[in-house]
Amino acid sequence: MSSASLSKDRPPRHIYGMVAEFASPHALLEGVRAVRKAGFTRIDTHTPFPIHGMDKAMGLPPSKLPWLVFAGGLTGAVSAFLLQWWTNAVDYQFLVGGKPVFSYQAYVPVCFELTVLLSAFCAVLGLLALCGLPRPYHPLFLHPRFARATDDGFFLSVEAADPLWDEAVLRRVLTAAGGSEIAIIREAPEGGVHV
Amino acid sequence: MSSAAPSPTVLQPEPLVKPGVSLHEITEAICAPVETELRKTPLGWIIGFGVSLAFLGIYLVTVVYLLWKGIGIWGNNQPVGWAWDITNFVWWIGIGHAGTLISAILFLFRQKWRTSINRFSEAMTIFAVLCALQFPLLHTGRPWVAIYWLLPLPNSMSIWPNFRSPLVWDVFAVSTYFTVSLLFWYVGLIPDLATLRDRARTRARAIVYGVLAMGWRGSNRHWQHYEKAYLILAGLSTPLVLSVHSIVSFDFSTSVLPGWHTTIFPPYFVAGAVFSGFGLVMTLMVLARQYFGLRHLVTMRVLENMNKIMLVTGTMVGYAYAMEAFIAWYGGSIYERFTFANRMFGPYWWAYWTMVSCNVISPQLFWFRRIRRSIPAMFIISIFVNIGMWFERFVIIVTSLHRDFVPGSWGYFRPTLFDVSMFLGTLGLFFTLFMLFLRFLPMIAMAELKGVTPHADPHAKEHG
Repeated sequence: MSSASLSKDRPPRHIYGMVAEFASPHALLEGVRAVRKAGFTRIDTHTPFPIHGMDKAMGLPPSKLPWLVFAGGLTGAVSAFLLQWWTNAVDYQFLVGGKPVFSYQAYVPVCFELTVLLSAFCAVLGLLALCGLPRPYHPLFLHPRFARATDDGFFLSVEAADPLWDEAVLRRVLTAAGGSEIAIIREAPEGGVHV
Repeated sequence: MSSAAPSPTVLQPEPLVKPGVSLHEITEAICAPVETELRKTPLGWIIGFGVSLAFLGIYLVTVVYLLWKGIGIWGNNQPVGWAWDITNFVWWIGIGHAGTLISAILFLFRQKWRTSINRFSEAMTIFAVLCALQFPLLHTGRPWVAIYWLLPLPNSMSIWPNFRSPLVWDVFAVSTYFTVSLLFWYVGLIPDLATLRDRARTRARAIVYGVLAMGWRGSNRHWQHYEKAYLILAGLSTPLVLSVHSIVSFDFSTSVLPGWHTTIFPPYFVAGAVFSGFGLVMTLMVLARQYFGLRHLVTMRVLENMNKIMLVTGTMVGYAYAMEAFIAWYGGSIYERFTFANRMFGPYWWAYWTMVSCNVISPQLFWFRRIRRSIPAMFIISIFVNIGMWFERFVIIVTSLHRDFVPGSWGYFRPTLFDVSMFLGTLGLFFTLFMLFLRFLPMIAMAELKGVTPHADPHAKEHG
């Protein structure tokens, strides 16, 4: 969804987008619905905890994370089985306790553990990859009030890259939806240092 | 919309967080112990940390001497080849299980009361598993040699581990458990680390917490994946935690030793693990919530629920003891029957009856509501549970070993000074890490706790 919607009347580069604050999770949900109804798509919300129903209100497609985890788990199970089979039944055969060298029943615990291990790694690394984290810097962090997003603030942001971007219209929509403290967020000038 | 006024005849559940606490107050209360300036560190913490460090010193001295001299410094010898080392290993691992139960299983069952204690008990899990790992590693005597039969590392001896052995399964189970618990814990911490970053008043704090928070900005496009990841990790941890103690119990039950060779072991070990873990969470939580003033966040309802779980798992453990004894009699094997009679009335009778009184009798007091809701009572019972569960492992391991099939080789195990110092040393390791955790990381999951307050309900219109 990056640069598909480049148009001639794109806003100047240094504007990242607009941010508004809402009083409660409910107000934020209403705000998102209003902004989406007005046609904006490059929107996001920033909240101290996940809000029930927000994915639907923002129209987000389901997360692809489970598929990554499934692939990880499958890799773990198969590789654990191959590892045990090759080391114990092929490369280094030895008899102990009268058990067959290829005792696949005994492979279950290690297969299970490696399935869980690789699934968990895929879940965490997949989470970071899908979120684009780590990302220490983001234009939103320049907003002095934004620290409340991890405390008790409920923020709605619309990126300037939105095809319908129009400051005046957006400001009107956000105000009508109950947003306050509406602010324009500037991107960092290239190569500059910001505090 | 659930905005209808509660009718007087309907009993409302006790709130999870004391009513009227705002979101910002939650942040303040939880961040306060973490954000106290170093120079203003409370004296209680300094004393606790100092004592823990002293015990950590004991641990380091013991380990160095152990590696220098060999495991002969412990009291283990024929016929008791496993003694305090494996007792401590199983005890520590079991303690860890409560953390995963609280963070994963109760999450899947939508038990929202867990949110005020899950971070705390997950930390306990990680530190406990770390302590547990010391024992099997060090009882090999030379861990850097043992690594070749513990892990499939290619080597010039052309040998591989024996995957038909439950001891090798154990290596995989415990190391996976540690890694997954750590990942789960870290994922849970990310939003709270971001809170600490955003509140940081010094540059050093902003950098450290900033790096750890990885740029989290509470974006809903992230929360969406985050919630999925959290659910998946909970779903993975649930069978994992059941498998870990089952595999630990396989170390015993796949042997042919009377007293160990029992099919009841996996569920019995898991129930005991959860029981002992809740015991330690309770011991620590009662102290921490009092000391750090978190009584409005970790409410009596939460403590009472934990006591109920202790009652249930304690009763399950009691059932397992009874069933073991019954099968020993009913099974007709004279060796099995002897082992159990010896366990109850032989030279280690005192250990057996300590175990029964602490684990079976003491939690039964939780049938009474007044005891379930009394802080001193629950604190004392939780200590009994910790002691009883240590003795359970001691009884299983030592009484089954000390009198084997040939009376000529019978013996009596006595711990040495280094058995004791090793155990006390791991307590030092545990508490050192735990004190650091209490001082530098939020001990309650803020983001999650906020999510269960009335303000978080998007269907409630008013805020505050």
